[in-house]
Amino acid sequence: MEIERTKLRGLSPLDQPTSPEELRVRQTKARDMLRGDLEGADLDEYVESRVMTTTLERAQNWARGNSLFPATFGLACCAIEMMSMVSARYDTARFGAEVFRASPRQADMLILSGRVSIKMVPVIRRIYDQMLEPKWVLSMGACSSSGGMFANYAVVQGADKFVPVDIHIPGCPPRPEALIYGILKLQRKIFGNPDLGWRERYRAYGTEEDERPGQAGPLSVARVGATPADGIVESRGPAPTEAELNAPIDHPELTGHEAGDAYEEAADDERVTTSRPPAAWGKDA
Amino acid sequence: MPDAPGLELIAHEVNGRHDGAIVGTTFEHGQAALLADPEQIRAVIAYLKDAPGHEYRFLASVHGADYLPAEPRFAVHYELLNMPRVERLRVKALVPDAGAGSLPEVDSIVDIFATAEFQEREIWDFFGIVFRGHPDLRRILMPEDYVGFPQRRDFPIGGDPVIFTNTEDTVPGWTK
Repeated sequence: MEIERTKLRGLSPLDQPTSPEELRVRQTKARDMLRGDLEGADLDEYVESRVMTTTLERAQNWARGNSLFPATFGLACCAIEMMSMVSARYDTARFGAEVFRASPRQADMLILSGRVSIKMVPVIRRIYDQMLEPKWVLSMGACSSSGGMFANYAVVQGADKFVPVDIHIPGCPPRPEALIYGILKLQRKIFGNPDLGWRERYRAYGTEEDERPGQAGPLSVARVGATPADGIVESRGPAPTEAELNAPIDHPELTGHEAGDAYEEAADDERVTTSRPPAAWGKDA
Repeated sequence: MPDAPGLELIAHEVNGRHDGAIVGTTFEHGQAALLADPEQIRAVIAYLKDAPGHEYRFLASVHGADYLPAEPRFAVHYELLNMPRVERLRVKALVPDAGAGSLPEVDSIVDIFATAEFQEREIWDFFGIVFRGHPDLRRILMPEDYVGFPQRRDFPIGGDPVIFTNTEDTVPGWTK
């Protein structure tokens, strides 16, 4: 049997009653429901208009993503921008990430806001280890992402050498808006719907820092549009075929703003309990 | 700050008390400096601190320097200050390189000026100059297990090479 689900607009309790009479009808139904007097089709309708189904995992991720607790931890000048992120002007409270916890035990997001000196590494690692799972790390600014301007003996060239970093935020320093954008990207990741990485987005296959035949040492030359014929060793799965490289990328992020908006609407509208993307995806509406 | 003739007088006076302690003077950009023999640096500093007419009672700073192609290679600079006269005098102890496998050494002046303790530790940390008689000579800023003295001029700058599209053909080891 095929189950069809349709939006129950007009019946949803989220919609305003159109008239005082309808409000009265709703109240009566609610009373009957509580008394156990509602039966049959009326009961079905009542339940369908008020109950949302989803998976536990999705609900959990929704809750986690919308209540991120950053650790109170500033490293350098980026921390100034991080502090203003929670101020009234930028207000990350809109995205549920405004409560900086003074203890790593209560935090689930670590913002690496500045250059990481070698002596700071054990400290950061300890704070990260003290945080409870699930936890996420944002590398804020050029310095913590790559060393930035501090290409010297004292600074670690990229925080991902000692903690797993989820989001890298470019900038020197990034503006608070950029940090909030990074948090939104992290939210999408937590919701189980991460944005494309840059390799997929720009088809920069074969740029992984692996050894290539005949050459020792790392490789990080961005070679956009490399093909398997270039003889590049793929250690992360088989090399894509020519057809795969030329196939259009089917992702809402790359198919125009309107399609992306439709996708986001669908994701936000929890009354549509579908695990499939809407058919409007991938087409410019 | 003593002027150039005043600096010469100071140098002669110190040399009269401690023979060969001052090996030269420089007066550049209006700044007077005595070049001192590192073996007698304690005597020079103690004399300038206490002798009547000098009384440089404040050690504003101690720092190291590495003049790599030059010989002697290292120097320890002592910035002395007479507060009542608002007069500054710089003393440079020129320390020759001790050669491979050994470290240059200077006498510590911690018992003359206690403020030198942390600053001599910093010079040890970054230049690898040993201060004889220092009560607690260990690294102060770099990690304790760090190898090397990073402010020496022959120490590699460090960091990872950054590649740009305009340099990918010229950065060695980074091209295809």
